[in-house]
Amino acid sequence: MSEPTKQRYLLQGNEAIVEGALTAGCRFFAGYPITPASEIAEQLSIKLPAVDGTFIQMEDEIASMGAIIGASLAGVKTMTATSGPGFSLMQENLGFACVAEVPCVIVNVMRGGPSTGLPTSPAQGDVQMARWGTHGDHSIVVLAVSTVMDSFTVTVKAFNIAEKYRIPVILLSDEVVAHTRECVELPAKSEIKVIDRIRPSVPPDWYKPYEGDARGVSPMAAFGDGYRHHVTGLIHDVMGFPTQKPREVKEFHLRQTKKISRGFSDIQMTKGYFLDDAETFVIAYGAVARSALSAVQEAREAGIKVGLLQLITLFPFPRRTVAPLLGQCRSVLIPEMNLGQMSREIQRVNQGMCNVVKYNRIDGKFITPREIYAQLTKL
Amino acid sequence: MPIPAQALRHKYLRHNKKFPHVWCPGCGNGIVMGALLRAIYRLDIDQDDVVLASGIGCSGRMPTYLDFNTLHTTHGRALTFATGIKLAKPELNVVAIMGDGDATAIGGNHFIHAARRNLNLTAIIINNSIYGMTGGQYSPTTPFGSKSTTSVYGHIEHAFSIAELAVTAGASFVSRATVYHADLIDRLIEQAMEKRGFAVVEVISNCHVQYGRRNKLGGAVDMLKRFKEQSITVNRAAQMSPEELEGKTTIGVLIDRDLPISTEEYKKVRQKAGTLKEKV
Amino acid sequence: MKGQQKQEDRYEIRFSGSGGQGLITAAVVFAEAVGVYDGKYVCQTQSYGPEARGGKSKAEVVISSKPIDYPKALELDLLLAMNQAACDAYFYDLKQNGLLVVDSGLVEQHPTSRIIAIPFTDIAKDEIGRKLVANMVALGAVGLLSGQVDLDNLEKALLARVPKGTEEMNSRALQRGIEEARKINLDDLPRAVMSDDYDEV
Repeated sequence: MSEPTKQRYLLQGNEAIVEGALTAGCRFFAGYPITPASEIAEQLSIKLPAVDGTFIQMEDEIASMGAIIGASLAGVKTMTATSGPGFSLMQENLGFACVAEVPCVIVNVMRGGPSTGLPTSPAQGDVQMARWGTHGDHSIVVLAVSTVMDSFTVTVKAFNIAEKYRIPVILLSDEVVAHTRECVELPAKSEIKVIDRIRPSVPPDWYKPYEGDARGVSPMAAFGDGYRHHVTGLIHDVMGFPTQKPREVKEFHLRQTKKISRGFSDIQMTKGYFLDDAETFVIAYGAVARSALSAVQEAREAGIKVGLLQLITLFPFPRRTVAPLLGQCRSVLIPEMNLGQMSREIQRVNQGMCNVVKYNRIDGKFITPREIYAQLTKL
Repeated sequence: MPIPAQALRHKYLRHNKKFPHVWCPGCGNGIVMGALLRAIYRLDIDQDDVVLASGIGCSGRMPTYLDFNTLHTTHGRALTFATGIKLAKPELNVVAIMGDGDATAIGGNHFIHAARRNLNLTAIIINNSIYGMTGGQYSPTTPFGSKSTTSVYGHIEHAFSIAELAVTAGASFVSRATVYHADLIDRLIEQAMEKRGFAVVEVISNCHVQYGRRNKLGGAVDMLKRFKEQSITVNRAAQMSPEELEGKTTIGVLIDRDLPISTEEYKKVRQKAGTLKEKV
Repeated sequence: MKGQQKQEDRYEIRFSGSGGQGLITAAVVFAEAVGVYDGKYVCQTQSYGPEARGGKSKAEVVISSKPIDYPKALELDLLLAMNQAACDAYFYDLKQNGLLVVDSGLVEQHPTSRIIAIPFTDIAKDEIGRKLVANMVALGAVGLLSGQVDLDNLEKALLARVPKGTEEMNSRALQRGIEEARKINLDDLPRAVMSDDYDEV
């Protein structure tokens, strides 16, 4: 084994996100430097021009978000990457991407917050912000990665979901995953499913940019393709023009919600470990899922019937996977590097079925397997 | 040769969008819109190849009425969206339409950086010295001492000079007109759209409803007359002292220079990156 | 230790010192050799202050024959300390009978007699001619002393990472480190004094 196999690489989580994005067909990136996400921009500034893509460093994260929406409207798959403070600035145009149904991927490598917070320490404090950060009711998809390999595969999925449903997808990483180097074997391009947005097939005169097909998703024409249409942040009718008619406003909202709920089976991703006969279980995501897996394996060896549900999709909350487990198990432990942002969702679904135990750490330190194990023995 | 107004209306206005528009009678926005259409008509650019991106405010509604690829973005951010479009499809003619508060308050940072970056974009800024749509609050171009709904005791800050700001920030082409000088606006927009590089057309406009009324400047016609009296061409201004220029508006082309365009420069980056890739 | 991968499945190394000493580079090369070339499971992490030069710097490598869940070091098998502050701060993270390897020119006060002291920086400066490659001298020594990596693969990984034109110098530095480490007989080192149940407290 002295010669490296061709596709085995030692990569950081951030580098794997770059590889995933390029594999998924991302050809435009706009961003602003920020720790711990900067490696993504640095790598893409080298690699995008080599594949006829475009990299640009904008004047701030507001502008970065604007630029990726613009490029996506021009027909290109786009991404930006940031951390908490930049993610705060992106909320405004993120809302625009929701309303105007513009596919794009926003990577948030979480660090300690609020404000400037703890720039080089891990945290999971942006989970609810990813769901509800931009104002107004909106649908959005939030995914979380826990390993370097995840950082590759889930990034590809993020693009696929964005393109398939015409929505912004938020990919949450954290300082631990972003900066850990692991060996990964990247699959060949032919083994990876890549989804592109559907383009209109009707003549331009017939095109209704916001009518929605059976799935509730409209084909998307790019600017310059002959389908002259209007795109606005105002609530709009099926033609894209502003409307205040209650019926049209309601239809606008319902279609946006329905197109996501119709895709639940596709969008909601989880990984289960030792769940079949579990009497108690852990729900974890991001880097914490790694510690949780260690602890659960150790507990199994000690004869404790405990399982692990790792959430890859945080929102839309995978209720249909979680609820039966809450019914099956006596207790659930939710370790998080925040004060309980996902445990709120679990409690909401739980409705008293199961004993919900939180374990939270907010001191900038990564939760260790030992800490989780100690909690497990008390369940 | 005069352009038949009806032909222009039939060609470029969106028949499937219910008019009337949101602008008050006498508003300068319509004059700028007409000038933009005449410029595009004369340049004979295919409608499919034009993108109009606007921000928020009265000016922001302009693209809605026009039959091009149109984008009504968030407040102050038109240039950031335009940047993404232009980089993704450099062959498109991208025009950003903004107001004074839009471009130089909330979008001020984007404006100066777009000028510095020098993409091949056109920026039209309709400067009426006030936030009209939200009810007449002071903007970065509201003159010192003026009244607005947030400066009823008289404005205590100084106004930006937008065109000069663009010159300093590095734009390739910077020009100014007023809505009194409708023909000049066409010509400036035409030149700006032809210009290779970031090109700015600032149009001094009237908001008689929110600004003129509170500052006893009369109606739309009175304000336009005042624009005529205050305006002075770039060439004449060059021969006048700063004291003589006090209270005057310089109109015409302030700067027209050839600078490297970032879309062109990026082609070189791609070549370098491509060669690098072959080596590795 | 309860609640984590069994320690026999993990070998943990920390490279520590100050920013600018190239400790992260050393750890990345080590991880690449072990992971990409030797084909074992490996996780490499680091932490550092906001300073690009000076300040504390540490980089870790966890090696296992099985997938690694928890990526950071928990109990060190080997600690490389390239200055006194790092030695003082991290010595207590070493497990029973773990190896403490220090730069003898930079670490004067030894927290234990169970220590391997090699003048990495002096060797780099005086023999290789560049103080900068002290990290590679140390990498060679850590490579041999840990027994976790094929030394030929360590050199291959090193040559793949260093800038063109510096291969020869880096390779010489690595070999000097290996050579110095060969002089050490690990069996001659004193055993740790503290009892085994100490860390269960």
